[in-house]
Amino acid sequence: MEDLLNEFIAETRDMLEALGGEIVAWEAAPDDRARLDEIFRFVHTVKGNCGFFDLPRLEALSHAAEDVLADVRAGKRGADHRLVSAVLAVLDRIGELVHALETGESISSADDGQLIEALSEKHEPVQKAEAGGSVASLDSRKAIRSIRLSVDLLDRMMSGVSDMVLARNELARRLRDCPGDMAVESAFERVSSCIAEMRDAITRTRMQRIDNLFASLPRMVRDLSGELRKQVTLEVDGGDVELDREMIEMIRDPMTHIVRNSIDHGIEPPEERLKARKAEAGTLRVCARQSGNQILIEVADDGRGIDGEKLVRKAIANGFMSPEQAERLSPAQRTALIFEAGISTAAEITAISGRGVGMDVVRANIERIGGVVDVESKPGHGVRLTLRVPLTLTIIPALTVSAGGQHYAIPRSAIEEIVRRKNAMVRVEMVGGSHVVTIRDKRIPLASLAGVLGVEERSSASEQSLIVLKPAGGDLYALAVDTVLDHEELVVKPAAPLVMAAGLYAGTTLADDGSPILLIDPSGVAAAAGVVLDQNDLEKLAAKAPEEVARRETTPALLFVGLDGVKRTIRLGVVERIEDVAAETIQMSAGRLRVAIGERILPLAGAKVVPEQKVRILRLTDGVAELAYAFREVIDMVELGPELQPATCAGEISGVTLISGDQVEVVDPYWLFGAHAHDAGDARRPVCALPADDPWMNNILRPIIENAGYRVVRVGQNEAAEADVLIASAEAEAAAPAEGKLLKIRSHPELAHENDDSIYRYDRAGLLAALSRSTASKKG
Amino acid sequence: MTALLLIVRLAGERVAFPAEDVESVVELEGLTPIPRAAGHVAGLAALRSRVLTAIDCLSALELGSSAVTGPRDAIVVEMDGYPYALLVDSVEDVLEYSGEVRPVRTALDAGWRRVAKGVVDVEGDLLLLVDTGALLGGPTAVAA
Repeated sequence: MEDLLNEFIAETRDMLEALGGEIVAWEAAPDDRARLDEIFRFVHTVKGNCGFFDLPRLEALSHAAEDVLADVRAGKRGADHRLVSAVLAVLDRIGELVHALETGESISSADDGQLIEALSEKHEPVQKAEAGGSVASLDSRKAIRSIRLSVDLLDRMMSGVSDMVLARNELARRLRDCPGDMAVESAFERVSSCIAEMRDAITRTRMQRIDNLFASLPRMVRDLSGELRKQVTLEVDGGDVELDREMIEMIRDPMTHIVRNSIDHGIEPPEERLKARKAEAGTLRVCARQSGNQILIEVADDGRGIDGEKLVRKAIANGFMSPEQAERLSPAQRTALIFEAGISTAAEITAISGRGVGMDVVRANIERIGGVVDVESKPGHGVRLTLRVPLTLTIIPALTVSAGGQHYAIPRSAIEEIVRRKNAMVRVEMVGGSHVVTIRDKRIPLASLAGVLGVEERSSASEQSLIVLKPAGGDLYALAVDTVLDHEELVVKPAAPLVMAAGLYAGTTLADDGSPILLIDPSGVAAAAGVVLDQNDLEKLAAKAPEEVARRETTPALLFVGLDGVKRTIRLGVVERIEDVAAETIQMSAGRLRVAIGERILPLAGAKVVPEQKVRILRLTDGVAELAYAFREVIDMVELGPELQPATCAGEISGVTLISGDQVEVVDPYWLFGAHAHDAGDARRPVCALPADDPWMNNILRPIIENAGYRVVRVGQNEAAEADVLIASAEAEAAAPAEGKLLKIRSHPELAHENDDSIYRYDRAGLLAALSRSTASKKG
Repeated sequence: MTALLLIVRLAGERVAFPAEDVESVVELEGLTPIPRAAGHVAGLAALRSRVLTAIDCLSALELGSSAVTGPRDAIVVEMDGYPYALLVDSVEDVLEYSGEVRPVRTALDAGWRRVAKGVVDVEGDLLLLVDTGALLGGPTAVAA
């Protein structure tokens, strides 16, 4: 009997969960018979089971709901807002009671009667035209081969597998130390791959579709917007993204909070929205997607945005910062104040949110699981919050570094970039006792890992690497380490409280060599190092910077590896951006390689044949023309000095220079544009305007004109006003444009009259001559 | 009371640990230091793919600190789900004890006083019975 009851509880809970979205959808479309049937079937099942288990309260509730829904099904009542709310209330109560059954709590039965009363409230019977014959068999619940497992068991399996991976690593190490028997090694390989597969499978069992998290949103949005008298349309996307079950639980509360905030503070009441010329109903977009080892969850609303000024005023009033400090905040920093404890923008405290405990808790929760939360706000247009969380809690990608002769791991999620200190683009300065590093004209505070840890640095300053970190919710800072070792996937274990007390670590793990490694907590290190850049210092630096720039006679350049594996550099000034393009977009066409990017086709340099796989391209521009340059990878940003060994003859390479001891070819943009871009820039080509509605011109004449080097636009387009030549049919009345611009074309060989200056449509030579005359006259 | 006691030598003295607290007795080598952790935390040690937090008992007893070189005897205990290794001088014996635990009557050094659960009479010798948790907590545990 006990087992049966548990089964009933679990089943009811599952059904309730699945039903959450259905109910709201049903309210939106009360005529949707399928949904109504689904809900009806649920209460009906519950009622049936209750009789069996002798649960009178549940039975009474489900019975009442069933009756009402039966009426709706029979068309005796309409599904209006009140009815739906009453049904929802009953379903909620059923959920609570089922939960109470499970935990043994008791819930007051005092208002059960009210809930039932609300259902049966006398309404005018609404006659509904029943859609005939739509009562199809709706048994959509597919039979899925599955069993119910306790989550504890899964957790135990997961930790067992994690240990297994570590044990395997250790064995691998031992085997490496005493090599020899091939048979043993191949057996080990087999075990090793089995374990890897197993880990994969177990990891997947813990994965859940993020739908589980999103399923409760429609209901929540509906209830909140009803309560706040706002209209909100919810758009959910990416529900099929999978995430560690535990992770889903960890982000449930923060998500709820963010959604509540958006509806409560972000989205305006309908009147206000109309005044601001927005749609009456606000939109709340929730979407999830996977990006590498992270899951991105975005919650965006189109409400009023975050009032940075208000936050600043509040922060000053709370003594969080001085007015002087506040004045120096960038708009983004102002918005980010929302994450500080005790600051909330709501003018009045509402029951939903706005007690000033909220976004700081959200941030803390997300950070605890190694995630990051960012906020973007456009006043008047809405707010977008982005949560970035790792895929699983237990295995994280990390960078191992050394400081003071010891290895440490840094979670890769927090790393923005890694630069060598001796790189010419990196300048370290001492300001008021603390270090500041300038990387590509950006100033960020610098801390030394060895310094923070109180150990001795083992390498000279110039040999150090700087790791630019963006700690969860904090500001960028650079961390100097002795050496950067490797990227590793680490099975992270929580560290003992005694270790956590240091405030610098996020956990412990075993490196591939079997030694224990401490996982650095970037926020903790930032706090310990006190890496807050005083704005005064920044200003001093800013004043100093220009003269220094002037003194250096170098140009910033990009160091990269070409498709042929040769290191090259190109001046940054001509690089517009870097893009990845698929191999299919590159074609040998009209005598040269070209790449299609969006709507445009650019000549492609840097490659001789069509690459087999996707390549990265530099988009170069000389201000007018554009071309693409294929390459393999970016190495670094460098400063190009005046020393250059010129090439023996003019070509793509203007010469060779020395960068960090390596000979590097310097790409010559002048030659590149000269050689490749003669047909690249649209702006250079003369423009010819054709009537939009003449099929002959557009189909037959157009290619000839284009071949002659013209860009063709249609009359009526904006560009047409600037056209060098306007072609019109001699038979049609055309608005007379500026002199010499109009080219009339007649469809008959004979001249129509004496002053006819038109050209016969198939007189190719005459046409081309006239075209070049027109262009020349314009230029002249 | 009948209980198993683990007799170890610690800071030159023989003391008893409740054997039920002790998971295993191991020999440890090569600790990874934890910069900025409490003084009595000697470092991290790897044991069969587990990471142990090693405690320098000398330092936890405020009796200086032991120079950690070479293999060390350690007893592995688990506290609140975290495994720890307590570095001791040497492990002597496990024996069954059926006598009573008597309160400490003599004046002890502050460090010992903090970790003493009582005294046991083992084969004619009076030994301190150590409170494992208090030892782990180190000198700061009292304040906390």
